[in-house]
Amino acid sequence: MQFDWMKIPYSLLTLFIVVNYGFLLGALIQKMGARAGRRYGIPIWQNYVDMLKNYSMRSSITHGAMFYLGPVFRLSGGVGLLLFVPTIYGSYMFSNLSFAGDLILALYFVFFGTLGMALGAGESGHPHAAIGITRGLSQVSTAELPFALAVFSVALQYQTLSVTDIVAAQQGGMMNWTLFTNPLAVAAAMLAFLGTMMRPPFDVVVAPQEIPIGPPTEYHSSYLAMMQTNRAIFPIAKIVIYMNLFFGGADSWPVFFFKVFLIYLWSAFVGVVFPRFRVEQSIRWFLIWAVPLGILSIVLV
Amino acid sequence: MRELHTRLGKLFPLGELTEQRTNLAFVSVPQEHLRALLLHLRDREGFTHLVLLTAVDWLEEGQFQLTYLLADRKNARDIGLRVMIPRDGATMQSIHELWPTAATYQRELREMFGIDFPGSPRVEEDFILEGWRDIPPYRRDFDTLKFAVENYSQRPGRETHDPATHMKQQLYPGEN
Amino acid sequence: MKEELKIRVVKGPDGVEFEVEPLRDYYCEAAPTVMPGAYIKIVEDMFNWARSESIWILGFGTGCGAIEMRPLMTPRFDAYRYGVQWRPTPRQANLFVISGYLSTKTLKRAIRAYEQMQSPKYVIGLGSCTINGGMYWDSYNTIKRLDDYLPVDLYIAGCMPRPEALLAGFMDMKKLIRAGRGEGANLYAENFEWYKANQKRVIHDWDMPDYNW
Repeated sequence: MQFDWMKIPYSLLTLFIVVNYGFLLGALIQKMGARAGRRYGIPIWQNYVDMLKNYSMRSSITHGAMFYLGPVFRLSGGVGLLLFVPTIYGSYMFSNLSFAGDLILALYFVFFGTLGMALGAGESGHPHAAIGITRGLSQVSTAELPFALAVFSVALQYQTLSVTDIVAAQQGGMMNWTLFTNPLAVAAAMLAFLGTMMRPPFDVVVAPQEIPIGPPTEYHSSYLAMMQTNRAIFPIAKIVIYMNLFFGGADSWPVFFFKVFLIYLWSAFVGVVFPRFRVEQSIRWFLIWAVPLGILSIVLV
Repeated sequence: MRELHTRLGKLFPLGELTEQRTNLAFVSVPQEHLRALLLHLRDREGFTHLVLLTAVDWLEEGQFQLTYLLADRKNARDIGLRVMIPRDGATMQSIHELWPTAATYQRELREMFGIDFPGSPRVEEDFILEGWRDIPPYRRDFDTLKFAVENYSQRPGRETHDPATHMKQQLYPGEN
Repeated sequence: MKEELKIRVVKGPDGVEFEVEPLRDYYCEAAPTVMPGAYIKIVEDMFNWARSESIWILGFGTGCGAIEMRPLMTPRFDAYRYGVQWRPTPRQANLFVISGYLSTKTLKRAIRAYEQMQSPKYVIGLGSCTINGGMYWDSYNTIKRLDDYLPVDLYIAGCMPRPEALLAGFMDMKKLIRAGRGEGANLYAENFEWYKANQKRVIHDWDMPDYNW
């Protein structure tokens, strides 16, 4: 197979667009949350300033090699997820490094960042980090379960493991979207989506009131800035997968921005309305409501 | 309350009853009868809750007054027991078996007043003050101002006004 | 000294005995060093601008003034729109607001939290108590002058100052940082011996490392 070198700068361009969009969208969603609480909210460029400030801190301390690697793993999880799925359908420039079995790889990358974070935060030795990691891993694992079921259901439905093929099968009108052809899988996946976005009601992992900020308690300066960058990329990358699998993908950047915004809004909307779940409550919630939907969708396919 | 006092008076040598309100009264009791009276009040009279245990320093009389305030939840009334103990080498029997919470009060009293409660759990440990070296700070012969001036660096230029005369001068200058 | 802080010999699960010295720091024993800014002035100016526009406060209420910080998060004052945020951990915070009176017991924790913050870091003394003792001028357990123990960048007078005063203080703090005068961390490193001597004079049971990295 001939590797196309031109894909590398194109992928970096995708990454650049997504990082900026992620920063702005994150601030916008935060602003909307603030407005729901009758506050004015942060300036839209605040995330850029925060990141610049964190990179400009003069001192930083380390707790060992894994402590360095935690944010690196997390960032590579986000970037990898983004790079191995096609961002814009039908575009040579923005199809990135997608290949035939990329769906399985994407599933792996969704979890990769959390695992890397667990190692890094574990090394920091802070008890709150350990508590946060325990909560985070158990919650994300159960949230992944319905998502994985939904993905298998979709893969069975289209008889392929390639995201590009799945998107291709959904073209030609809204009624061809998985949303309408396999609504149960979409429902299960959207419930799982709430669990992995770190917004209420599933944000007990970073609960700032009880276990000060959870896993990143010890992270500061440029480590934290790296994680902030990931926080901009990762949700967008995840939403890209959702968009490709369930909502017909996007064939141009405006459609991409619009769809990603709407899917992000779903988690923000739920977030401002509902209070926080405890871990055992959220796990039970996923097992009772989301997992049966996923199993049912596989059975029906 | 008065009826309770006469009933208790037949069993224990009690002092006069001081009624603050209809549902709050104080009575003094000798040191050696305190424990029996507390048990009686807790188990027979329904005063199940120890509200507080505190001390007053009667420097001139050379005595500490300990006040045990008990609450009767059902009848919504409180009774305070006053015990006078000598100030020199102040020691009191612990009541932590009756109410486990009393141990915390006793730690505080030991640290702040220097009253010892032998046998009370963790009474030797620091409670609020860490590394205190002087005499216990709530004793009235402890001079807080002198201590503060000696121990903490002060910012020069601080002046104090009597609020009444200061405000009078501010509001009505030229009078007096 | 507390029992758990003493040097002791511990037997590991593999049967090897080793000595544990809790007060000794295993990662870093170095005293703080002066950290110069970026060499190129325009870069340092840009960094200072970023620092001033993104003030992260350590959410540690030391005294009654902590209650004046909470309204700043609410819709009425909403400090977030000025780039002011609260961080729950000293590692991520830049600004330490000493909110009101500081007892010697709290001072110990405040020093510890301050030293764990990353440079550059700033301190605001809130209320009269931090300036000259305020209404606790004759108290036996509160310090009277904060700048003897920590490098203070800014004082906000009042007993207590209202949240508006605090907001105005943040604005002044921004100007200080942007002018490159928020160098409290370096001041602390330069006069480390003097600060430590002052701190140890009031904290009698010093049971932590001299510098808590």
